[in-house]
Amino acid sequence: MDKNKYLEDLQEIKKLMNRSSKFLSLSGLSGVFAGVYALLGVFVADYLINEKIVVAVPYTRTQTYLLVQLLGLAFVILLLSIATAFIFSYRKAKRQKTKMWDETAKNLLFHFLLPLLTGGLFALILISRQYYGLIAAITLIFYGLALVNSAKYTYGTILYLGISEIILGLLATAFPGYGLWFWALGFGVLHIFYGGIMYFKFDRK
Amino acid sequence: MSGIIQHINKAFDNRVRLGIMSVLMVNEKVDFKRLKQLLGVTDGNLASHIKALEKLNYIEVYKTFVDRKPNTSYSATRFGKEAFKKHIDALEKLIHQQK
Repeated sequence: MDKNKYLEDLQEIKKLMNRSSKFLSLSGLSGVFAGVYALLGVFVADYLINEKIVVAVPYTRTQTYLLVQLLGLAFVILLLSIATAFIFSYRKAKRQKTKMWDETAKNLLFHFLLPLLTGGLFALILISRQYYGLIAAITLIFYGLALVNSAKYTYGTILYLGISEIILGLLATAFPGYGLWFWALGFGVLHIFYGGIMYFKFDRK
Repeated sequence: MSGIIQHINKAFDNRVRLGIMSVLMVNEKVDFKRLKQLLGVTDGNLASHIKALEKLNYIEVYKTFVDRKPNTSYSATRFGKEAFKKHIDALEKLIHQQK
């Protein structure tokens, strides 16, 4: 009988459920670029840290100066990544002929930012009290939780990225002193890997 | 076969009504403007199908004011969600049977 109509109905249902509840303008390329920025950042940070040790100024002053430089570097990378994600989402939304800023974008942002800002403030407070040992672990874990929390509101790949970040964060907790390398893995390699998967799965059409 | 056909719900035969229910299954509350944007239909068309679903007690209507302008939003009732689930199940069964 109307076999085709039933099939079309089901496809329509699925399409509308996805489109009305998920932010589908997120581009995998944002992830790839964020990963590249992060790797460059780790490279620069590594240089700064090793360089500063031999500078002949009072130790504490160098420490503070280095800290400011590293925080500044992290901030620049964060801004670049956000700007890139914004531009790619805007372009993808245009291509899909949908609005970028709608209910799904609001949902995604809220569920993403709540754990992320909590983790960010937590890390900044620890830094201000000079507990540096667990910063890499904390940022990775909270970032992972933020991703898991918001995965429902966009592509499911984000869930796996989030879980990977959490595992990496826990490993970073167990191996203090290698923070920079865990950062390179978590914010660099994982972003490029999962961003690439998303790009080939959802963007290239 | 006829047993399954019984579960095919006439109310969801129409694409717009099917669309409205799909959106309301996964979103708690959706306003008129957003429904219209998602489904790509005219005001009058959407309004008439909403009325039909409302009459069947499948959806609930909330009227509020946003910036002094009337704003109407909708949510699916439990009854409506159950009916829609049954409809989806029936569709799936029919497709699998005919394969």
